[in-house]
Amino acid sequence: MSLEQQISTLRTELSAAIAAASDDAALDTVRVAALGKKGSVSALLASLGSMAPEERKSAGPAINGLKGEIAGLIEAKSTALKSAALDARLKDETVDITLPLPTAPTAKGRIHPISQTIDEITAIFSDMGFSIAEGPDIETDYYNFTALNFPEGHPAREMHDTFFMKPGPDGVKKVLRTHTSPVQMRVMQRTNEKPAAGYITPPMDPPIRVVMPGRTYRNDSDQTHTPMFHQVEGLVIDKSSHIGQLRWVLEEFLKAYFEVPNVTLRFRPSFFPFTEPSMEVDVQCDRSGSEVKIGEGSDWLEILGCGMVHPNVIRNAGLDPDVYQGFAWGIGIDRIAMLKYGMPDLRAFFDADQRWIDHYGFRPLDLPTLFGGLSS
Amino acid sequence: MKFTLDWLRDHLDTDASVDEIGKTLTMIGLELEGVENQGKALEKFVVAQVVHAEAHPNSDHLNICKVDAGTGDLIDVVCGAPNVTTGMKSVFAFPGTYIPGKDFELKGGVVIRGAPSNGMLCSAAELELSNDHDGIITLPDDAPIGARYVDYAGINGVVFDISITPNRGDATGVYGIARDLAAYGLGTLKTTEMSPVPSAGPSPIAPLPHQFAADEPKAIRKFAGRYIKGIKNGPSPDWLQQRLRAVGLRPINTIVDITNLVSLGWGRPLHAYDADKLNGQPVLRNARNEPFDALDNKIYTLDETMTVIADDTGPLCLGGVMGGIRSGVTEQTTNVFMECASWDPELIARTGRKTGIVSDARYRLERNVDPALTEPGLELATRLVLELCGGEPMTPAVSGDDVFPNTSVQFPLSEVKRLTGLDVEPMIVSAILSRLGFEITGKGEILTVKVPSWRPDVTQKADLVEEVMRMVGVDNVPVEPLPRLNHVAPRILTTIQNRRRIARRALAARGLDEAVTWSFISHDEAARFGGGDEALQLANAIASDMTDMRPSLLPGLLAAVRRNGNRGRDDLALFEVGQVFLSADPDGQHTYATGIRTGTAKLASSGRHWSGKAEPVGVFDAKADLAALLDALGYDIDKVQLFADPAPWSHPGRGGRIAQGPKTLGWFGELHPAWAAELDIDGPVSAFELDLDALPEPRKKATKTKPALDLSALMPLTRDFAFVVDKAVTAGAILKAARGADKNLIRDVNVFDVFEGTHVGEGKKSIAIEVTLQPRDKTLTDEDIEKVSGAIVAAVTKTSGGVLRT
Repeated sequence: MSLEQQISTLRTELSAAIAAASDDAALDTVRVAALGKKGSVSALLASLGSMAPEERKSAGPAINGLKGEIAGLIEAKSTALKSAALDARLKDETVDITLPLPTAPTAKGRIHPISQTIDEITAIFSDMGFSIAEGPDIETDYYNFTALNFPEGHPAREMHDTFFMKPGPDGVKKVLRTHTSPVQMRVMQRTNEKPAAGYITPPMDPPIRVVMPGRTYRNDSDQTHTPMFHQVEGLVIDKSSHIGQLRWVLEEFLKAYFEVPNVTLRFRPSFFPFTEPSMEVDVQCDRSGSEVKIGEGSDWLEILGCGMVHPNVIRNAGLDPDVYQGFAWGIGIDRIAMLKYGMPDLRAFFDADQRWIDHYGFRPLDLPTLFGGLSS
Repeated sequence: MKFTLDWLRDHLDTDASVDEIGKTLTMIGLELEGVENQGKALEKFVVAQVVHAEAHPNSDHLNICKVDAGTGDLIDVVCGAPNVTTGMKSVFAFPGTYIPGKDFELKGGVVIRGAPSNGMLCSAAELELSNDHDGIITLPDDAPIGARYVDYAGINGVVFDISITPNRGDATGVYGIARDLAAYGLGTLKTTEMSPVPSAGPSPIAPLPHQFAADEPKAIRKFAGRYIKGIKNGPSPDWLQQRLRAVGLRPINTIVDITNLVSLGWGRPLHAYDADKLNGQPVLRNARNEPFDALDNKIYTLDETMTVIADDTGPLCLGGVMGGIRSGVTEQTTNVFMECASWDPELIARTGRKTGIVSDARYRLERNVDPALTEPGLELATRLVLELCGGEPMTPAVSGDDVFPNTSVQFPLSEVKRLTGLDVEPMIVSAILSRLGFEITGKGEILTVKVPSWRPDVTQKADLVEEVMRMVGVDNVPVEPLPRLNHVAPRILTTIQNRRRIARRALAARGLDEAVTWSFISHDEAARFGGGDEALQLANAIASDMTDMRPSLLPGLLAAVRRNGNRGRDDLALFEVGQVFLSADPDGQHTYATGIRTGTAKLASSGRHWSGKAEPVGVFDAKADLAALLDALGYDIDKVQLFADPAPWSHPGRGGRIAQGPKTLGWFGELHPAWAAELDIDGPVSAFELDLDALPEPRKKATKTKPALDLSALMPLTRDFAFVVDKAVTAGAILKAARGADKNLIRDVNVFDVFEGTHVGEGKKSIAIEVTLQPRDKTLTDEDIEKVSGAIVAAVTKTSGGVLRT
C-alpha cells in the first residue's frame, strides 16, 4: 500500500472514530490510538526515519499534515462534547421560576402614617429654618394652662376636656397635655436651668423658629375625636414677625404638604387664650367626591388655629412684648394625614390592624425629603 | 347660639341679605355654623276653604269635609277639629307633606271610619307656630285659596346658628351681635328703651341682704329685684312663642318667656319668682350642704362655695345658674318678683362645673354679662311684664355693687402694623373702635382707648389690634414671606429625634409593621409590666382599659396581637417607637423601640412554604432584630454587655438583657408561657425592647475622619477548635476568651457547632469554634500557628474549665 493510500485510509478511519466518540473517554481512546506513543499516526511518523531522503521530503509534510488534521478534529470534538455536557446540565438544573417566594407578610414592613406625616412636616419646616422642639406628655398645670394665659376658672380651660393625673405625693395634680403649646413656653422661657430630661428642648434665645410635634390628650371620644391624638405646634419669635408672614408660612407649608400648586386659605378671627389676635384657618377644597381635594373646589374645611403670641405669654416667658413678638399655630397631625391620604376613621389609627397598616402605611425607604419629593 | 333674622332686625336696621349677614358673622369672629329657613319647612302648606262640613255618621267628634285647596277639585277630608265649619278658611296639607308638630309625613288615600280622607286641615301646633292645638287655624275670608300659607302669613323665619368663643360674653345676646354687625357697617344699631318705670308703691320685699363672712367666696355682686303686683300670666303671644321655638326653646308662660327673651335678646339673664311662694324675706348667702330642687327636676346638693337666694325655708335659686321648683312661676302666678343680678363669672363657672348644670344663664354669666345692664335689664323686664301681663311695679329692691373694670389702654396706632403687617388709616382705626363702643381720646400717634363695660376681655394693645383686624378682615392683610435663612440649615434633629426616625425605618425594613397604640392602658396591664403607680394613674380616665400611663410598649402590642388574631392573623411582626412612662416626672418619660414577632413571622418567611418548614419565632429572632436595630443606631451588639437575666415578661431561660455599664439598654426574649396564657395570647411570641434614651450619646468628635483602613495583602486562614465544657458555660464566655488570646492575629471567632450527648458526658456540651487569623506583616509559619493555637486553647480552657476535644 502506498504511503498516500495509508494516509488516506487513516484519515477516513480516524475521522469516523472521532465523530463517533460520544464522550471524553471515547475521544481520548481515539486520541491515544492515533497520536499516542504507539498510535497509528505516530507509527507512520516514526517510519520517516527509515525512508530515503528524497522520499522523506514529500512524505514528511503529508504525515505531519495528517497529524495536525487529526489533532484539530479531536480538539473540535472535545469542545463540542463539553458544550453538550453543559447544555445537559443546565437543562437538568432548570427550576419552576413561577413558584412563589417564601410567603412573608413580614417582608413588607410599613411606616405608620403618623410617623410619615411628622417626617413630611419636618422636611418642610426644616427648609424654612425651623428646628424640632419637644416636651413631656405629662405636664404641669403651669405649662399647659397658666403660662399660656388660661386664667383659673376660665371657660376656655373647660373646653379642653383635660385628663388629670392622680395627685402625686406633693398633692400636685399634673395633667396630660391637652395641646403641644406647653412646649412653646419651655422653648421661650428665660431660665438657666437645664431641662429635666434629655429629650426636652432647652430654652432658646430669639430669634426662635421651632415646630413641636407630639402626642396630645383630651377626654373626648367619637368618630372624629380620640382621647389621644397628635398635634404639631409652630412658633416664631423675633422682633418683627407679623400676621402677613404667618399667612405666608401657613400657605407655603400647606402647599408643600399637600403637594399642590395653590391653596386658598380663609382666616377667621377666633379666640385662643395664648394668642391675640387669634384666628382659625379654613382651607378651600372640593368635598363633592369621595375624597377631599385641597386646592380646588368651593368648600371650606377648618384646618388649624393660629395667632400672634399673646403679650401675656411673652411676658410669662420673661420677654418684653413691646420688643419681642411672633406667631404660633397648631395643626392636627392625624387630621392632615387623613386629608392627604384619605383614611376615613381616626380610631383606626390606633388599632394596629395589620391590614390597615399594610394598606395605609409607607415603605421603609420612602423617607420624605424635599429633594426627593414628600411622597412617591 | 341661635337667633332669627327678624329678631336680629329688632336690633339692627339693615337691608343685608341672609347670605351677606352669614358671611359677615364668620369674618368678624362670630362663626356661622348654619342657617335654617323656617319658611322652607312649611312651604307645602296652602290656604284652603272648607266648602262643606258635616258630622261623620260613625263618630261623635269627626267631621266629613269637602275642601277647596285651589286644585280645581274638591278634596275629601276627615277632620277632628271642633271648630271646623262650612265656609271657613284654614291651612291645608296635601298627602306627602311633613307635619313638623307631629313629626310624620301625611299619608293619602286613608279611610277613617268608612270615610276617605286625602289631606289634613292643620292647627297652629301642627305647624309648630304656637302651642294652640284646640282647633284648626282660622284664616280671614279674604285669604286667597291655593296660595302658599308661608307667603300669605309672611312666615320667612331665618334662623342663624353661630358659635361664640369663650371671650365674647357680649355676643351672647342678639343685641351684642347686632352691635358687632353695625360696627362692621352692615346696618344701624337700634337702641332699646330701658329707662326706669315709675313705681306704684314701696316694695313688699326689701333689698336682699348679702349675708357673707369676709373670707367666704361671694358670687353675688349686685342684686336688683322688683315686685310686680297683680299680673295676669298665661301663654305668651304667638310672636314670642315662635321666636323662642325657632331657637330651640320651649315656651312656658309669659313671665318665663320674657326672662328667656331678655336673656337671649340682650345676653342679660333674669330670674322670676312667684312672690306668693316666698317664705319670709329672701337673702343672699352661701349654701350649707343642703338639697336643692332645681327647675330641671333634679335634686342637687349644694355646698358652701355656692351662692343661693334663700328664704326662711331654704334655697330658692342657685344664683346665676338655675332656679328652683318651689318658687317657680306658673300660669296661676299673680304676683311676681323679677331678678336681674350681677355675678362673679369665675365663681359661677365653678358652681356650674361642680353641679354639672348647663343653663343659658350660666353660659352667659360665666362669660361675663355687661355690669352696666343690671338695673336697666330689670327695667326692661318690667316694661315687658307690664306690656304683656299688666300689673303694678313696686320700687326696685337693689343691694350690692357691680364691678366695672374701667380699663383704659394707651394705644399706639403703629401697633396695628407691628402685629399684623397691615396699614390701616388712623381715621379708620378710630372709627372701627368707636363703632364697637370704645371711647377714644387723644390725637396723634398714641390714642387713649376706654374699653366699654361689655368688653372686659379687652385689656391691652393686642386686644385692640384684634378688634381692628377682625373688622378690616384678616384676608386683607398682605402676605409677606418670612425672611429665609442666609445659610444652609444647620442640623435639625436632635440625637433622640434622629434615633426614633432611624429605629422606625430600620425595623420596618426588617419587615415589622409600625403600630401606634394608646399611651394609657388598663391598670392590670400596667402593673403587670412594672407600672401602675398611683402617680401614673389618670384621675378621670375615659375608659376602664385606659387608666394608667404605659410603662412598656408591649401591652399595647400584645393587645394588637390579640385583635389581629381575632381577625385570623397569627403571623405578625409589629413594632412601636414611642413614649413609656417610668415616673410622672419629665425624666420618667423615655422613648422605647419595641418589636414583637408572633407565630412563624420570621425575617425571611412566615407560614407554610414549598421551600421548607415554617419555624416558630424564638429568642434568636428577637436578638437578631435587636442587633439590627442597634447596628442601625451605630452600636454593635457584640460590644455591649449581654446578661442572661431577662425581663419579667420573658421566658426565664430564653431571654436576655443588654446593658452598658450600669445602664440597662434593653431586653429580648420569648414571651413567658404563663404570661401568654394570662394575656390570652396563643402561639409563640418573641419580643425586644430598646430604651433609646439609655443609649449613650455619641461622642462629639472634632473631625469626622474615620480611622485608617487596614488592608493586609496576606491571606487570612482559619482554624477550628472544639471544647467540651460544662453545660452552664456560655458560648459568649468562650468567644470572649478566644478573642482575647491574641488581639493582633485573631480577627474573628465564630461558633459553628454546639451539641450535647452521652458521648461528651453527662452535664457537658461541645462547642466548636472557628477562629480566623489575619497575618499582619508576614506569612505565618507552622510554628506561629502552633503558638497562637496554644494560646487560644489555654485561654478557653482556663476560662471555661473545659477541655479540647481531640
